[in-house]
Amino acid sequence: MMQLFMQGNEAIAEGAIACGARFYAGYPITPSSEIAEVASRRLPQVGGVYLQMEDELASMAAIIGASLSGVKSFTATSGPGFSLMQENLGVAVMEEVPCVVVDVQRSGPSTGLATKPAQADLMQARWGRHGDQAVICLSPATVRECFDLTIEAFNLSERFRVPVILLADEIVAHMRENVELPDPSSIKVVDRKLPTCPPEEYLPFKPDPDGVPPLAYYGSEYIFHATSSMHGERGYSQNDPENAAKKIERLFSKLTRHMDEIVHFKRYYPGDEFDLLIITFGATTRPARAAAQRAKGEGIRAGVLQLITLWPFPEELVEKEARRASSVLVCELNLGQLVHEVKRAAGKDKVFGLHKANGEGFTPKEILSRIKEVAGSAQA
Amino acid sequence: MLPHLWCSGCGNGIVLSSLARALAELGLERNQVVVVTGIGCWGKADDYLSTNALHGTHGRALAFATGIKAANPKLCVIVLMGDGDGATIGGNHLIHAARRNIDLLAVVVNNHNYGMTGGQVSATTPAGAVTSTTAYGNPEREFDLCELVMAAGANYVARGTAYHVPQLDRLLREGIEKKGFSFVEVMSPCPTQYGRRNQLGGAVKMMEWLRDHAVPVKSFREKRDDLPPGSFPIGKLHEGDDPDFNTRYRDIQARAQKEGQV
Ligand SMILES: Cc1ncc(C[n+]2csc(CCOP(=O)(O)OP(=O)(O)O)c2C)c(N)n1
Ligand code: SF4
Repeated sequence: MMQLFMQGNEAIAEGAIACGARFYAGYPITPSSEIAEVASRRLPQVGGVYLQMEDELASMAAIIGASLSGVKSFTATSGPGFSLMQENLGVAVMEEVPCVVVDVQRSGPSTGLATKPAQADLMQARWGRHGDQAVICLSPATVRECFDLTIEAFNLSERFRVPVILLADEIVAHMRENVELPDPSSIKVVDRKLPTCPPEEYLPFKPDPDGVPPLAYYGSEYIFHATSSMHGERGYSQNDPENAAKKIERLFSKLTRHMDEIVHFKRYYPGDEFDLLIITFGATTRPARAAAQRAKGEGIRAGVLQLITLWPFPEELVEKEARRASSVLVCELNLGQLVHEVKRAAGKDKVFGLHKANGEGFTPKEILSRIKEVAGSAQA
Repeated sequence: MLPHLWCSGCGNGIVLSSLARALAELGLERNQVVVVTGIGCWGKADDYLSTNALHGTHGRALAFATGIKAANPKLCVIVLMGDGDGATIGGNHLIHAARRNIDLLAVVVNNHNYGMTGGQVSATTPAGAVTSTTAYGNPEREFDLCELVMAAGANYVARGTAYHVPQLDRLLREGIEKKGFSFVEVMSPCPTQYGRRNQLGGAVKMMEWLRDHAVPVKSFREKRDDLPPGSFPIGKLHEGDDPDFNTRYRDIQARAQKEGQV
């Protein structure tokens, strides 16, 4: 264990290095820039490469290229840059390339209240690209979670050959706190599955029974072809509808079949009983917990469910937990993105929202007053 | 002869066989070669090669390739782009790849327009030329890609044509062997889109035009003012010896590791 006074962004960069990431390509943007700065200092020390590309399109392309060369790769950005990365994030989905994209969310639309906090890229993370797209998205709420979830993002990415989005926000990224980092030897690191067949038999897009094909790397004895066009198992263009349907379906099912490995969350329930369930992610988690504590004094039993995995959406979890409450309150720093998903899973009638999009975070007081409203309407 | 999607009379097949010969003559192992392509007619070339390949998005081929080469300096990385791909949408990546002097070979097949999407204007379409989106003639001026890349800092810059094949074989070979950013522009006919609209008289006539207007660089520089309009220099236009990105980065790693220890 190592005690450090650390910032969220620093923890993300250190987490990446701790699990073996050795390539970063990016383009600076607040509030993510410290990730690039730490990566530029630390990567060459461990034999890795930092590249500041000409823009975010290039950054995303470069980490895909590096990953196909066999090196764990990542980039970091914020909303405007994340928008530019979407096209090549689609390439990573289509070519099944492991890589990690950190989006430290800030206010929008467009340049917006530059650098002020928001959580409004949730849907951009899910649907930002053209075509049907399956990705994993995780969201940290504390500095320690920044470290741990970066590692988990790489692990899931390697495990499922899928880009993973770490959806942080300005508040957690710029927060400094004392953290105890785990002993390096205790960190669980997942590496991609390499092919074991003779080179001439290797099919880079032929799935194993778990739905995930092994991935060779450029320069190994295996030769392979990766294309952003629709392709068959050999990796060459193939346009028939049966193949296309099979491929697109597999991109989703290789994740949805393994939700038990993908879904992470935290429960903060007083006792274990509650009437009101507050659902949060990232920076809304802490004020929500404080508000739930105070609600006790008002005679309201409130619990907080922090969603760490946001995509694929943990429907079963939300449905099950919501069933235990008489009402559900979704707190988010946007005008209502998560609440729709929660309503879909938990039923429209008992789900309420608390939304804010003025470039400021929530205070516990604001959340508490909404808790009281929601609890009141549930009783009425 | 492979089955392929290019039109008859298209220059792409000639450039592809030239590249295949260059790879064979250099005796490179297929698994050590990565061909990176963008999107367009020429961007389909990877489908006909049995090396490693990465077919990415329109305009971004050099950025993918930069990641590949920076992560594994041992690989031989060859990037195949149309003029739309490499110089119009991808112009920014082109100048920065040259500036970075990343060690790869970029081959831009210049057919003066967008073949794949129906012959629209490109950043290399000559001023005044007719395309599907410049029915009254191109109001914009064209890029000289070799001058652009030279100014941006490439170590090797050459221009060939689909007509001058033995020379093209040599330029591609040299480009692969040269350390640092190598750029070969290949002037190539697109009879279907560009030739038809500009009444250039079909594939054979377009080849004859290349024969008559491509001038070896040395005589081009000597006789510049006496040459017929439309003449352009071919051959090796520039060679430099700046350290490539990976070489410079190795120094950075060494320095970081020394400082990291104290
Ligand atoms: C982002 C994006 N914009 C537009 C397109 C459509 N598109 C496909 S190929 C192409 C132009 C191809 O022209 P060029 O690169 O010169 O290659 P050629 O077909 O002439 O060989 C365009 C615009 C695309 N695929 N992606
Ligand atoms: S459209 Fe032009 S560039 Fe494309 S294959 Fe046909 S001739 Fe070649």
